[in-house]
Amino acid sequence: MDAELSNRPVLQVQGLRVEFPTRRGVLTAVDDVSFEIMPGEVLGLVGESGAGKSLTGTAIFGLLEPPGRVASGTIVLGGDRIDNLPHDRMRRIRGKKIGAVFQDPLTSLNPLYTIGRQLIETITTHMDMTLAEARQHSIELLAEVGIPAPERRIDQYPHQFSGGMRQRVVIALALCTNPRLVVADEPTTALDVSIQAQIIRVLKRLCRDHKTAVLLITHDMGVIAETCDRVAVMYAGRIAEIGPVREVIKNAKHPYTHGLMGSIPNIGHDIDELTQIHGSMPRLTEIPPGCAFNPRCPHAFDRCFVERPDLAQEDKSQVACWLFDKETADA
Amino acid sequence: MHDATLRAPAASAVHEPVVKAEGLSRHFDVSAPWLNRVIERSPRLILKAVEDVSFAIDKGKTFSLVGESGCGKSTVARVIVGLYPPTRGRVYFEGTDLQSTHGRAEASRMRHRMQMIFQDPFASLNPRWRVRDIIAEPIRAFGLLDGKEETERRVDELLELVGLAASDGAQYPHEFSGGQRQRISIARALASQPDFLICDEPTSALDVSVQAQILNLMKELQREFGLTYLFISHNLAVVYHVSDTVGVMYLGRLVETGPAKEVFSRPQHPYTRMLLDAIPDLDMTGRERTPVAGEIGNPINPPSGCAFHPRCPFAADRCRTEIPRPITRAGGHRIACHGIEENRIPDAVPPYQPGAGSVA
Repeated sequence: MDAELSNRPVLQVQGLRVEFPTRRGVLTAVDDVSFEIMPGEVLGLVGESGAGKSLTGTAIFGLLEPPGRVASGTIVLGGDRIDNLPHDRMRRIRGKKIGAVFQDPLTSLNPLYTIGRQLIETITTHMDMTLAEARQHSIELLAEVGIPAPERRIDQYPHQFSGGMRQRVVIALALCTNPRLVVADEPTTALDVSIQAQIIRVLKRLCRDHKTAVLLITHDMGVIAETCDRVAVMYAGRIAEIGPVREVIKNAKHPYTHGLMGSIPNIGHDIDELTQIHGSMPRLTEIPPGCAFNPRCPHAFDRCFVERPDLAQEDKSQVACWLFDKETADA
Repeated sequence: MHDATLRAPAASAVHEPVVKAEGLSRHFDVSAPWLNRVIERSPRLILKAVEDVSFAIDKGKTFSLVGESGCGKSTVARVIVGLYPPTRGRVYFEGTDLQSTHGRAEASRMRHRMQMIFQDPFASLNPRWRVRDIIAEPIRAFGLLDGKEETERRVDELLELVGLAASDGAQYPHEFSGGQRQRISIARALASQPDFLICDEPTSALDVSVQAQILNLMKELQREFGLTYLFISHNLAVVYHVSDTVGVMYLGRLVETGPAKEVFSRPQHPYTRMLLDAIPDLDMTGRERTPVAGEIGNPINPPSGCAFHPRCPFAADRCRTEIPRPITRAGGHRIACHGIEENRIPDAVPPYQPGAGSVA
């Protein structure tokens, strides 16, 4: 890959806002989210249920279920805007330029087709290959994701594979057209720990080899620590903190990230009580004014209740918190 | 805040475990219907979900069962609480054999002293009942208090105990978040003043910050009432955090039991080592993890000998033919492994040192 291309981000999301019009008014599920991913980079998107992390992934795919819609912001993939494309043009990008790995490998494979047919169909739809070439390519891919005896397994149906093997097939499917970007939404959540480690390894190795950018969506900080280069922590639809994974995990700045890290039990840490973030994430209908985290924040002060903080550089990360604002420090 | 009758401290100085399981097995018949078996000449299929499991839990302590899906840990919980009768083996509650408790009165006296908390707080609460009726049900069912007023007072007290407001009792379960619902489940479990709680993946459906709240609450209640827990989870970090002793299960059998710190810092059985090695490293020490080979076997047709042998890097001929008997090491650490018994497995590089590696 030439130097110029590998220096440009694969994906640029700028000011993304996803809204759901309801009878009780418009709900903003994703609010002013911006990030970019470089080739071969793994960006983690972490947060609790309802933080808007999966919706961000769905919006990039252009698969938001109506009435959900991208209300503002831009999504640029490899230099081209993809958030305003008509349905059939987006279809050609999905699968070719963006691969997908979802949580449940059983529902993302068609149970009525052999996995070979599903791989070959995807390859011949998006790439200029004959059936025989596509089949050969599929077998190579299956071998690459670690499926034993791929020339025999390719003619089997999804139910003949175990959960971990199925997820490997899904990864092969996501990578079969050599996409620029893979969006992986909770790829290991449905799997047991020993299998989870295998899958993370496969995903990481393949994306490094193919220089594919990855958006990894998960609630599991352990998976993030293990896999990502950078991580964005989402809370109530916004990014609270984004930075290099080591920095965010070992040196969390936002009080939410801090609380989140403290609440994770860890083997070898002998503590009697876990740090607790009191309360729970607000519903979309009840997001408070100012910083959305203010009702649960132990450090909240006047400004947090009226003004919403934007992401600002702090050390190696960016944090959306008034505690790190210059004016606060001066006062 | 609680009346003295709530929990009278046990006067007995005799060291008797609250719960003891001895050689517990539970098999399920998963054969095809009789006619199909005759036509297709297929044999009976017996799923040995739990096979020869023994452990004891002391008063006020937490024993955890850990293992991957399908290893039989939830079945153990259900056998202990009496939802399934055991195929073989005995369960003792404070020295009384639960299988021998004949007659309703005696059984119910035992039953109200053990309660269960389930994984999914969305499925385990009746959506048509108000929260106060859900919590009052065990009190009414066991006839623990007489009079409506007294029951209501007790329910209010329980709600406050688990961190909810007494006024929340008038609501329905759907009005609460997952974490709050799990608090309701805990309040219901505590309503019959149990000594022993079986918690089957109580936090698996919850977000981490909420999980921390529930785990802290459970520990607090244990300290206050001297509760004994059987805790079931697949999350090793959670298990490390809550347990005094742990048992690691693989395909229906206990492969290793012992004090939590001992098992986690000096894991012996190759399966325990593998599980510990598979957890993502939050300390980011850059520790190189050995990739885990293979997947869990089929419980209907488990591998011969030691069920773990197809995945075990130390498997020898004996492991393929003979089922290992548990051997006991210092400190009550029990391991069922031929390799450990024969001293041919090198000591593990301890991945976790208790107390060390605190987060900066």
